[in-house]
Amino acid sequence: MELRGTKLSNDEFLNKVLSVTYYPELDYAWATGVAITKFLNGLKEGVIYGTKCNECSRVVCPPRMFCEECHTPMNEYVELPQTGIINTFSLAYIRTDATRRDKAEIPAVIDIDGTTISPSGFLHLINEDTPHDKVKVNAKVKAVWKSPEERKGDITDIKYFDIMED
Amino acid sequence: MKGKKVGMVSVGLTKFMRRAKETPKELAYYSAKMALDNAGITRKDVDGVIIGSAPDAFDGVHQKHEYLTDGSGGFNLPTMRGYVGGGTGVFSPIQGWYSVASGMNDVVLITTEEKMSTIQPSAQAGFLTIFDNMIERNLGPNLVWIFALEMKRYMEKHGIPKEHIASVSVKNKGNALDHPSAMLGQKLTIEQVMNSEVLADPVHLLDISPVADGAVSFVMMSEDKIKEFGIPLDQVAWVDGVGWNVDTTIWTNRDLYYPKYVEKAAKQAYNMAGQKDHSPETLRKWLSFAEPYDPFNYKELHHLEGLQLFGKGEAPRAAFEGVTARDSDFPVTPSGGLLGVGNPIAAAAGMKAAEVYLQLTGQAGKRQIPKDVTRGLAQAWGDLMQVGTVLVMKGGQVQ
Ligand SMILES: [Zn+2]
Repeated sequence: MELRGTKLSNDEFLNKVLSVTYYPELDYAWATGVAITKFLNGLKEGVIYGTKCNECSRVVCPPRMFCEECHTPMNEYVELPQTGIINTFSLAYIRTDATRRDKAEIPAVIDIDGTTISPSGFLHLINEDTPHDKVKVNAKVKAVWKSPEERKGDITDIKYFDIMED
Repeated sequence: MKGKKVGMVSVGLTKFMRRAKETPKELAYYSAKMALDNAGITRKDVDGVIIGSAPDAFDGVHQKHEYLTDGSGGFNLPTMRGYVGGGTGVFSPIQGWYSVASGMNDVVLITTEEKMSTIQPSAQAGFLTIFDNMIERNLGPNLVWIFALEMKRYMEKHGIPKEHIASVSVKNKGNALDHPSAMLGQKLTIEQVMNSEVLADPVHLLDISPVADGAVSFVMMSEDKIKEFGIPLDQVAWVDGVGWNVDTTIWTNRDLYYPKYVEKAAKQAYNMAGQKDHSPETLRKWLSFAEPYDPFNYKELHHLEGLQLFGKGEAPRAAFEGVTARDSDFPVTPSGGLLGVGNPIAAAAGMKAAEVYLQLTGQAGKRQIPKDVTRGLAQAWGDLMQVGTVLVMKGGQVQ
């Protein structure tokens, strides 16, 4: 049986057929909740918080107000070291909007020290000036902060993570 | 197997295209109508309709289940939409199964549809809306990052050479040359894949499936209705087992090298089918072939391991050595997959479920696996990166 569907080239789509356009303006403001508010306020003060579950004893980061394993409250906040290891990373040449950048950004999952499961941490960036041969899985890293005046309680209050020299 | 016996009796597909002229509704109409025609029934025979489609953000039309209802044949009928991101296309026939197995419906029409070309200038901005909204979006992530991070972890854990992973792009894009829906069937070499543009190392351009527009539909029925309509058994694929599973959304707290949720979904499906031995050797004999989800080449391998079809870290070498070729011992993605046929999200995994049906009923044409096929598996993956959906079907004559 003949399969249906009419292919349009980019030129046909942009110049030769009708399309109706719409530019949505939708603004959102998310309340950051119990645990992430604590986490983001911590970043503003230059502190990385995790939480401990009193039932399974896990210390995890980012903090949560309930343990997803035990489904019980998790309300003991723990100040964690500002160091960790690279669990995994990428040398990324593609931006959110799919445009390309010449110099790689280095997104990584940072496994924060002082947590009791591995990995446990968050997505962040490695200093993009780091020579690429120094960026490795399991490399030790430390948080580099924006100045206290620049910090506003956002994940970007940590500028990036730097590789620690042995 | 619990509940009533349920068979898939037909499929319908559109072409997969970078840009379709047709609206999502019109694409859904094409595939739904074709599935009904191929089953030899009409909308009047249908008791229930299931719609699968991924993020509304691509369409800029909210509540797509409602929007797609007419094209999918669903108005004035019990109609529902299931949505588990990329896992949707396999989840939709699973929903078809339980709505018939439960006795609620006798004949269901299922449509998976996606139109990704509407969002401008690319679908990437729409993908941003699936990232964590508190501590991830402000880092400016791109969906490719996630895959790059997972692929890197997988490669690092097992010491996998990139060539082994690249071989999956060569195989699948080659297989797609024989698929009538395909947009990217091509003969490639491993070197071409390795040397294609680096997007987010280790991910290169030819490691990725293309965004697309398209639709795929199915008709599923109870055994009684199959007899009543006089549908010959060689046109039927029986549902043998289903499973799905979702892991925590706190993805930075999981080791990405292995998809545990796929393992859980697969074992649920195997156990339902009465297959209790989950060793790779046994499962590769029990199943004649598999259609695991391949939005990126490494994902096919990652999923084969989660599905227990290869040991941890063993799928890449097997693929590189040709074990998973269409004419080899254990064909994997004979359709050409998302990498070759295209990736209109929900419809792409729908295409994989359709391939299992077409192979089991001997209707795969030039793609027909050159050996007896008795049982096949389709699997999809989705949400941000933690849902697994698994469907196992067997041929109409298989006990
Ligand atoms: Zn706990």
